Amino acid sequence: MNIPQELKYSKDHEWVKVEGNRVTIGITDYAQQQLGDVVFVELPEVGADLTVGGGFSVVESVKAVSDVYAPISGKVIEVNEALVDAPETVNQEPYDGGWIAVVEVADSSELNELLSSDDYEKLLAEEGDH
Amino acid sequence: MMPRKTPLYDTHVKYGGKIVEFGGWLLPVQYSGVIEEHKAVRQKAGLFDVSHMGEVLVKGPEALKFLQKLVTNDVEKLVKNQIQYTPMCYSNGGTVDDLLIYKQNDEEYLLVINAANIDKDYNWMKDNSAGFQVELTNLSDETAQLALQGPLAATILEQLTEAPFAEIKFYWFMPEVIVAGKKVMISRTGYTGEDGFEIYCRPEDVTDLWEAVMEVGRPLGLLPAGLGCRDTLRFEAALPLYGHELSADITPIEAGIGKFVTANKSDYNGSAVLLQQKNEGPKRKIVGFIMTGRGIPRADYPVIYEGRQIGKVTTGSYAPSLDKNIGMALVEVQYSTVGQKFDVEIRGKSVTAEVISKPFYKREGK
Repeated sequence: MNIPQELKYSKDHEWVKVEGNRVTIGITDYAQQQLGDVVFVELPEVGADLTVGGGFSVVESVKAVSDVYAPISGKVIEVNEALVDAPETVNQEPYDGGWIAVVEVADSSELNELLSSDDYEKLLAEEGDH
Repeated sequence: MMPRKTPLYDTHVKYGGKIVEFGGWLLPVQYSGVIEEHKAVRQKAGLFDVSHMGEVLVKGPEALKFLQKLVTNDVEKLVKNQIQYTPMCYSNGGTVDDLLIYKQNDEEYLLVINAANIDKDYNWMKDNSAGFQVELTNLSDETAQLALQGPLAATILEQLTEAPFAEIKFYWFMPEVIVAGKKVMISRTGYTGEDGFEIYCRPEDVTDLWEAVMEVGRPLGLLPAGLGCRDTLRFEAALPLYGHELSADITPIEAGIGKFVTANKSDYNGSAVLLQQKNEGPKRKIVGFIMTGRGIPRADYPVIYEGRQIGKVTTGSYAPSLDKNIGMALVEVQYSTVGQKFDVEIRGKSVTAEVISKPFYKREGK
């Protein structure tokens, strides 16, 4: 399981890459493995306002439909159009080419609520115990 | 109710199967991946555990007479070692289940039924058997089953048996064959739209059989295959799945499988309603469609025409062999012709779709 140290994570299995007041968001390696072959990504619209915890994208595998929840509040300033024709990138490169959206952060204090890579690894270990 | 395990449960875990609950059973949804397994079955071969399927033996001097009352197809046409697909209906035409009938001899028939329906079907058969000289035995717990499916299925099987099974035609079976040292029943049947075989055996033999088939098949490209691709394969072949295209609320005529509802006999369960629907045409019909807009249809999504709901999706998915998003839907019959356009409502948004002919996939030479 790949959990890059430089990223932050949500309990809903999204990753967040922080660059100034902008963050890039995607789903984690664990999330893509759980979903299986991703065949469709519904992207948010550029300009959309996100509220932390709200659904903002949908990722579908052959068998499952899964909401992607906003790990942070803010405005969508860029979306990964490449996923329209190549949704499988989410499986192949969840932390690189599989990014979903770039968001301008509304409230930077929300960043403190996100998990470190160590904490996220612990969360996965706990989920694995079920 | 606790979900049950088939005798192959530990084998699935060993092979990396991702276990899910289906119809009261713990079974692998996938091993390496739904798309990879799907393509293996279309191009090479796949091995499925279908031990969850139910089996009921119907035995007695009035076995045929009883079955002629019970099911909609004409069982009298069957000869020894031949198999027939048939719906089984309520008196209102709704479907109890769809099943296979294996004729073992004039007084013995084996019925293979859907896993989630075993108790319902067995009780229904029992109730219907009153007054007939037949004995019903539920053999579901004493029977395990493998499905070896794909163009290389015969090549793989012939390395494990001396029996001249390659001579078995589609929908025929051999009642007693030795495969990998085990006594089994083999039929040329399946639920994938490919050539293939189903192997019935004792639960205590199924693990050895699985390993023997995998060992011979793996170098040829055989993959263990899960429920995920079982569904996408049958869906591309437009084979109905009980609970989706068939149900207590959907008749076989509406499902588009009227050829399995015979007019050769009368006074069978559902005959009055079904034969009338067959003659006059049903008011609703299962259609195949392709998404022309962006989105994947899923079961129960509403089908909309000019703002009004005209039906609902029964099965929808990304179709790996076609690389398209397609579905089947039960719609009002006036919207069922090929080329008809309608919308599928996906998460509150209308997405365009168009009726196309079924099946979506047909194997070469068939």
